Amino acid sequence: MKSHTSHLKQLENESIYLMREVATQFERPALLFSGGKDSIVMVHLAMKAFDPGKIPFPLMHIDTGHNFDETIAFRDRLVERIGARLIVGHVQESIDAGKVKEETGPEASRNGLQTVTLLETLSEHQTDCALGGGRRDEEKARAKERFFSHRDRFGQWDPKNQRPELWSLYNGRKNPGEHFRAFPLSNWTEMDIWQYIAAEQIEIPSLYFAHKRAVFNRRGVWLADTKHMTRYPDEELEEKVVRFRTIGDCTCTGAVLSEASTLEEIIGEVASARQTERGGRHDDKRSEAAMEDRKRLGYF
Amino acid sequence: MNHDENRDTQTRRQTSQTDANHYLEMDLLRFTTAGSVDDGKSTLIGRLLYDSKSIFEDQMDAIEETSRNAGDEQVNLALLTDGLRAEREQGITIDVAYRYFATPRRKFIIADTPGHTEYTRNMVTGASTADLAVILVDARKGVLTQSRRHAFISSLLQIPHLVVAINKMDLVGYDQDRYEEIVEQFQEFSAKLDVDDITYIPISALHGDNVVHRSEAMSWYEGSTLLYHLEHVEQTSRQNLKDFRLPVQTVIRPDQSFRGFAGQVASGTIRPGEAIQVLPSGQKTVVERIHTADGDLEEAVAGDAVVLTTREEVDISRGSLLVKPTNVPSQEREIEAALCWMNPEAMAAGSNWILMHGTRQVQAIAREVLYTIDIDSMHRQQASELALNEIGRVRIETAEPLYFDPYKLNNATGSFILIDPASNVTVAAGMIREASTRTGAGKPTEGSTAGQSDPKASPNVVWEPWNIAREEREKRNGHSAKLLWFTGISGAGKSTIAKALERRLW
Ligand SMILES: Nc1nc2c(ncn2[C@@H]2O[C@H](COP(=O)(O)OP(=O)(O)O)[C@@H](O)[C@H]2O)c(=O)[nH]1
Repeated sequence: MKSHTSHLKQLENESIYLMREVATQFERPALLFSGGKDSIVMVHLAMKAFDPGKIPFPLMHIDTGHNFDETIAFRDRLVERIGARLIVGHVQESIDAGKVKEETGPEASRNGLQTVTLLETLSEHQTDCALGGGRRDEEKARAKERFFSHRDRFGQWDPKNQRPELWSLYNGRKNPGEHFRAFPLSNWTEMDIWQYIAAEQIEIPSLYFAHKRAVFNRRGVWLADTKHMTRYPDEELEEKVVRFRTIGDCTCTGAVLSEASTLEEIIGEVASARQTERGGRHDDKRSEAAMEDRKRLGYF
Repeated sequence: MNHDENRDTQTRRQTSQTDANHYLEMDLLRFTTAGSVDDGKSTLIGRLLYDSKSIFEDQMDAIEETSRNAGDEQVNLALLTDGLRAEREQGITIDVAYRYFATPRRKFIIADTPGHTEYTRNMVTGASTADLAVILVDARKGVLTQSRRHAFISSLLQIPHLVVAINKMDLVGYDQDRYEEIVEQFQEFSAKLDVDDITYIPISALHGDNVVHRSEAMSWYEGSTLLYHLEHVEQTSRQNLKDFRLPVQTVIRPDQSFRGFAGQVASGTIRPGEAIQVLPSGQKTVVERIHTADGDLEEAVAGDAVVLTTREEVDISRGSLLVKPTNVPSQEREIEAALCWMNPEAMAAGSNWILMHGTRQVQAIAREVLYTIDIDSMHRQQASELALNEIGRVRIETAEPLYFDPYKLNNATGSFILIDPASNVTVAAGMIREASTRTGAGKPTEGSTAGQSDPKASPNVVWEPWNIAREEREKRNGHSAKLLWFTGISGAGKSTIAKALERRLW
């Protein structure tokens, strides 16, 4: 990133500024790491923000137990390379402890259960600010999210009662028991993320590039055949060349048919895409206000 | 109306966005949109997103379905920018929402703020980071209170560019006379504002005229379309490139061999080898390196997030302000500021707050409300307190000196927020006008960008305004300025004599 005025440089500067604010305004921040491209960009930005020092906070991964194997392998390599501390919260443990009840049947997803495990992991580690990779362009409900997002004692977001954010003055003051989410990528779009990954040559999981995979079609969404997934009898497996636009829980992350096998090709595809990246996400489709409901409850 | 032209835009976007590394040349423009309810703001944003191909199929499907369910004949583009569920239910927007779109030239961030009276605070919030403001006027209604209010707030927050979009031209028969009448109305009032650049564009958000595509119905209009203007307007006008200021965020010290001071250059430029001064300590040293993860820089400019190392070990920590010894900001414990009050409970004189300024937080007392400004008439009104959504001039005292520049000269060091120490909520946005006239000192001299007074100058030294700017004088005289000192008790006639002498020597 050399040019001072390029939009990517300006976004990078803004994110770095925010990460440094988080590191100094809070006592025990953590970076929420999902293994997806946004959180990989977050780690890259955090490394730049504190260079030549190390990232002064741990990475925190909420593992549904239904991740793609590639995601976990990638995560472990990254953590080792940058010498960061990794905290993992297991949804399986919340299930075993009887704190949440697992959905059953072919449509079962652990995505909703993550919230409970997340809040528990945050409180166990006394995390007072969780850095998330959320972007305002992802979903209507996020368009009003602040950079510093205040959460009450119960981890809840109150969209009607947000602190105004002016200039680059971020108010992270809080009362005991309250905590914050901070979103350094607020002003980035999906396109910005891809352009930045290409410009900075950031390594991302192979799942993002076109590859052959056994998939089946459920109501227009291509889902991967994994050990965590049950098919309906009429859902036939097919071998397709696909890639993923987002990477989350494999039970609800849809693949797209694509031949894009380089970053340039992906950028070309994103430029002409006619679907938002969340369009392939099964969980958002359940209701138009789905994201908003989850956010109120403390979802990322 | 212009739907067949959309395909061109689409192809153009695809080809140029896929050009290798083309995006490294794109820059960024932040703008706000404001208008009264029903002026067509949501429709306009929807139109910009739609015509610039920034809308995805699934989003389009969703709003088509919603429009159909609501019994609308046309797809309601306004739904694209509609936010949270509660607002959808009430049918209004109530907070600042951010939208994004890009063309091959530029990425745009829209801060979309609602137009209700009670939401001045949202307009101020959106305006605080904007390079440009789009003010919507309904061509049938002309310039209303709301438009004036938006323009006033834009000028108060020093947004460098204003666009007055005269909307619903289709409903006034695309009439040029009506357009010109509205331009005149606006000019009459904007003469009182502090904005250099105002552009007027007649549009129809609903049909798309002059938004992205030129209007055939208004061939009399020779200016550019709204999108063309947004793509070409100067985007760095807000930055002060003269006065170097860097508020230190944190110290980076991985081991004994490296100790660097991290922060974003708020204004001005800095190079290795240049002298710097640390405030508040006043210590001086020299910049050794400007470190970034991409390698050292030969120069850092406003906006750059960097890590500075210094030649000597000096005491620098979060909250320190780095400046150049030849160009220091004002230093005061008492300031006057324009304050926008954002808290349901009114601000009374004598109340205590935490003042956040750059990376520093200090205790503050609101000493006095000097007046409030009626944002509709722009008249000053006597007041003893400042209520929610009111803007006023306030005198504030801080427990420790602030190092600032007037907001007009430097948005970064001239702005602050007030925080309620009990609830920790942000209650006000402030723009520093100057040091309080009660103490007088530290007022910047005219003809210099910022206060050049030594931070250790006595608070009893008062600058008198110049008749003739220093540069002009030096040019005419052919030598640099000299200082003459007049002493005598208060009221002895020092200023009178000094001014007479100034005339005589001229
Ligand atoms: N005829 C006409 N109607 C418009 C135009 N722009 C907006 N409208 C209509 O004006 C109404 C209010 O528009 P909306 O965008 O919701 O206004 P907002 O409250 O400012 O966001 C809607 O019925 C729009 O269809 C225009 O250029 N021409």
